[in-house]
Amino acid sequence: MTKRISTQRTFSGVSRRSFLAGTGAVAAGLTFSGKGFAAEEKVLNFYNWDTYIGETTLDDFEGETGVKVNMDLFADNDELFAKLKAGNPGYDVIVPTNDYVERMIAADMLVKLDHAKIANIKNVDPSFLNPAFDPGRVYSLPYMWGSIGIGYRKSRVKSVPDSWKVLYDSDEYAGKIALLAAPSTVLQIGCKYLGHPLNESDPAVLEKVADMLIKQKPNIKVFAEDNGQDLLLSGEVDLTMEWNGDILQVMAEDDDISYAVPKEGGLLWEDTLCIPTGAPHPENAHAFINYILDAKAGAAIADFIQYATPNAAAKALMSDEYRNNPAIFPTDDVIKNSETAIYQGTDYTQLVDRLWTKIGAA
Amino acid sequence: MEDWRRGRSAFWLIGLGPTVWLVLFFLLPLTIVWLYSFAELRGVVDMEVTGTLSNYARALDPLYLEVFGKSLVFAGITTGVSLVVGFPVALAIVFATPRWRPVLLLLVILPFWTNLLIRTYALIAVLRVRGFANFTLEWFWEQSTTLLSLLGLGSYQLLGERFEPLELLYNNTAVIIGLVYVHLPFMVLPLYAALEKLDRSLIEAALDLGASQWRAFLTVVVPLSMPGIISGAILVFIPALGSFLTPDLLGGTDSQMIANVIERQFKSANDWPFGAALSFLLMYLTFAALALRAVFARNAGGL
Repeated sequence: MTKRISTQRTFSGVSRRSFLAGTGAVAAGLTFSGKGFAAEEKVLNFYNWDTYIGETTLDDFEGETGVKVNMDLFADNDELFAKLKAGNPGYDVIVPTNDYVERMIAADMLVKLDHAKIANIKNVDPSFLNPAFDPGRVYSLPYMWGSIGIGYRKSRVKSVPDSWKVLYDSDEYAGKIALLAAPSTVLQIGCKYLGHPLNESDPAVLEKVADMLIKQKPNIKVFAEDNGQDLLLSGEVDLTMEWNGDILQVMAEDDDISYAVPKEGGLLWEDTLCIPTGAPHPENAHAFINYILDAKAGAAIADFIQYATPNAAAKALMSDEYRNNPAIFPTDDVIKNSETAIYQGTDYTQLVDRLWTKIGAA
Repeated sequence: MEDWRRGRSAFWLIGLGPTVWLVLFFLLPLTIVWLYSFAELRGVVDMEVTGTLSNYARALDPLYLEVFGKSLVFAGITTGVSLVVGFPVALAIVFATPRWRPVLLLLVILPFWTNLLIRTYALIAVLRVRGFANFTLEWFWEQSTTLLSLLGLGSYQLLGERFEPLELLYNNTAVIIGLVYVHLPFMVLPLYAALEKLDRSLIEAALDLGASQWRAFLTVVVPLSMPGIISGAILVFIPALGSFLTPDLLGGTDSQMIANVIERQFKSANDWPFGAALSFLLMYLTFAALALRAVFARNAGGL
């Protein structure tokens, strides 16, 4: 599930621009009273994905508030969850994906946010303010969002892959396709291909998807751990199921690569900003979340990492090229057909893992 | 030699550190995981040790036994290939001149200086479609094609119209190559230790008495180096059985080993009790293999 490997490399070209944008955010002079967190030491521990923050965001925040940010990196949600499961080792702000927000709420691992301390909530696009995984945004605020679709090599496909059939149910590109090594995601999208909801939990349907994958297995080259985009770039495969951000990175390096979300719809994900239970600096954490939701700070981050921002005020500051890129912002049709994964409890997770073992062993 | 009983306090003082370390960082965590294997999940993060055997019952499902079986086959093939490749290497080092011996040994140990992950990625760079192995083959293909056209045979396209790269990565062969590559030093070093102690006059005697080179090797060298072969086989087989990184990175859709299943229980499946049960089954299996070896060794007349 590493979605952000190597953004740094790809987008180093925009670093100068980002730097200027970041400086602009400081010059704009955000309104922080500073009084609220006088009692806390001036430190914040941030646990984030790799290359998933603006180039100067942390320094700018320190310049603004005097709070020094220490950032640690995790590679996937499972690592984040496992690290906090036995007790918070000292993190103040974390960036879990939507279904893990649900999981962590269920496990009492997140604290309620004090919206009064996060005035910049007003910048968030209203459509993001009441998601099913956290109604009313009690525990989480949106950071970035995106889709899972098909990354492909234009010169090697007969037409734009507009159906999941090419990956799940066809030998058209035998030996040249990769799926994600993410058990629940692969089964969920398989449900969608067969006309069921993404979050179908009926064991009979999931078994059917697993059987389809077992049949398809000889045509699949590999379940890619976190490198589908590299396999595409190096010519190892011609089509791969991937996160849009990963494909965007290699699209910047190779004109022959493109990205599409099939007509059956895909999976939409959202990474969020949360404060874990036991955070030692909750005041600083609120100030930090507020800072990230600022228009200019948010635009500087989006400009650097090239993911879709849910921050309407930040998006307004961005270039047309960014705002109109269908690989960053899916079209309305795609959004209409796509769904978001929800956390479905232990029985579902165990069933999914058993089916995944079965697919691997078959 | 002085009896340790005379310096009892010194003995305890020296022994204390390792003992504390072993108990605190080996036995205690192992016991905790063992207890987990008898636990039941309670909600998302909590589990309760209830003494249930349900985790083991689930682990004995034919599906998981099949994965255990496949892992045993992978580990077995890895051990076999390592032995066949490692024996000549160890022999070569033993028979090298004293000046070269330390250099050759260093070369065997050298890979340990680089992280396993880095070495595996390097192997990917060699084996992939646009990798060094295929680049080399393509070069030979081009040279041969040029040669053929110089000989006036170009129009027949004897070697195909264009070079088709081999699919070397993301299959079970790649996993075996990776496992052998990683574990070979563990085979070579014990073999070297055993062969170095070998009395060379015995080989000379065998040859003098009319045995062929091959016969002398099979009837003299191999039996005398058996302790090295067995320790090497154990040192390769056990870690290979528990590999998860190599099948993850080099394997295809058919390369799942039991450690991959175990890893998932502690991550995406979030089912620590079941993961613990699978881990301990793997450990019991290893103990059983070692016990079996001991029995065979005794029956064979002692080693």
